[in-house]
Amino acid sequence: MRLLIAIIAAVILLITEYRSERLMPLRATLSLFTDTLKYGVDLPVSLFESISETLTSYEMLKDENTNLRREQLINKMQLLKFEALEKENIRLRALLENSFKLGEQVLIAELLSINLTPYEHIMVVNKGTRFGVHQQQPVLDTNGVVGQVFRALPFSSEIMLITDPNHAIPVQVNRNGLLTIAVGSGVSNQLNLPYLPNNADIQAGDLLITSGLGGTFPAGYPVAVVDNFPQTSNKSITHITATPKAQLDRNRELLIVWTNNVSIPLITPLVKTPAPNE
Amino acid sequence: MNNEHGFVRIFVTLILAMCLRILFLPESLAIFNPDWVLLVLIYWSLALPERVGISYAWFFGILTDVLMGRFLGQYALSYSLIVYLILIWHRQLRQYPLLQQSVFVFGCLLISQLLLFWFENLKVPAQLHGAFWLPVLSGTASWFVVYHVMRFVRRF
Repeated sequence: MRLLIAIIAAVILLITEYRSERLMPLRATLSLFTDTLKYGVDLPVSLFESISETLTSYEMLKDENTNLRREQLINKMQLLKFEALEKENIRLRALLENSFKLGEQVLIAELLSINLTPYEHIMVVNKGTRFGVHQQQPVLDTNGVVGQVFRALPFSSEIMLITDPNHAIPVQVNRNGLLTIAVGSGVSNQLNLPYLPNNADIQAGDLLITSGLGGTFPAGYPVAVVDNFPQTSNKSITHITATPKAQLDRNRELLIVWTNNVSIPLITPLVKTPAPNE
Repeated sequence: MNNEHGFVRIFVTLILAMCLRILFLPESLAIFNPDWVLLVLIYWSLALPERVGISYAWFFGILTDVLMGRFLGQYALSYSLIVYLILIWHRQLRQYPLLQQSVFVFGCLLISQLLLFWFENLKVPAQLHGAFWLPVLSGTASWFVVYHVMRFVRRF
């Protein structure tokens, strides 16, 4: 009898969850408890990290500081050039009567050192709906696209990596603008490119960037580099793979991105770019 | 064991099991990480069948669903089913030597994993490989450890 009630209750929950998002409040409430567990499991690792950080010697810190300063200098110089290029791009797009989207805000989130399911490529970060994170937000690291927010809970959110077998991301080849879709392979650090026509102009070493189609990912971020593949006449049956640019297994800090959907009007080419946060 | 005390013990062990479930491990070990929550639930329902029943299984199943990011009700369903099986057969099971018990535990873990597999397939046609079934084997192997540790906890 008890079993019957339990099974019926579970099946009702499953069906509602399968059909709609209506159970999100219940999940959010229960997650207050499970999130404490997640933070608890993560605690030893982050404690160890902060301790080793405080114990690093003065010399090492100084070295790191000089390195970072040098890097900052180089980055700043490149940004100067980038700004000029951006202005030029906006002007050119105005000539082509094309709108231009820009302005993205980011939030730095830290990975929690926990494992959910080894056969799914899902990670948990320490920022949730309390920080305004919502479903389907793109997640980047400093090298490229990491994935998207799969489920946002109050104090944590689950991130599906681009290598998850259930994940696909619209990309284009940076060299010639060829559009295709990169599908997760289920293997860490590998993407598949199954949808290529016979005569596709694609080479090993090509950089794949987000195309902005589909609307989830903003255009122009690096995703992956095409691996070597055997040269045959029929590309649609050749198994072409790519290696993600983002360091999916190493990075502890990730950037959650808010894209600004307001297009910049065509007539005013000299728009002030919003200052990037942090 | 007085009532208050036992309640705390059951809760603490189950919560620890949930922590073990999400413990950060290198990937080669993570694929072996068994379903600790189910193992602990099996132990308690064997040892104290009048106390730990289907309601416990269901409640902790829901919590595990949230913890692991599954559909709500997936683990609740499989855990209550397995605890029910144990409640039926707990008299015989308690007489068995540990080895025979572990065969039964293997069956329980397999049922749970099969249900999980089925739900995953419902969500999306799953592309799961052989490693999906490894936790069943490692869980059976760790039953011996769980049994002794939990008996120590119970008699402590």
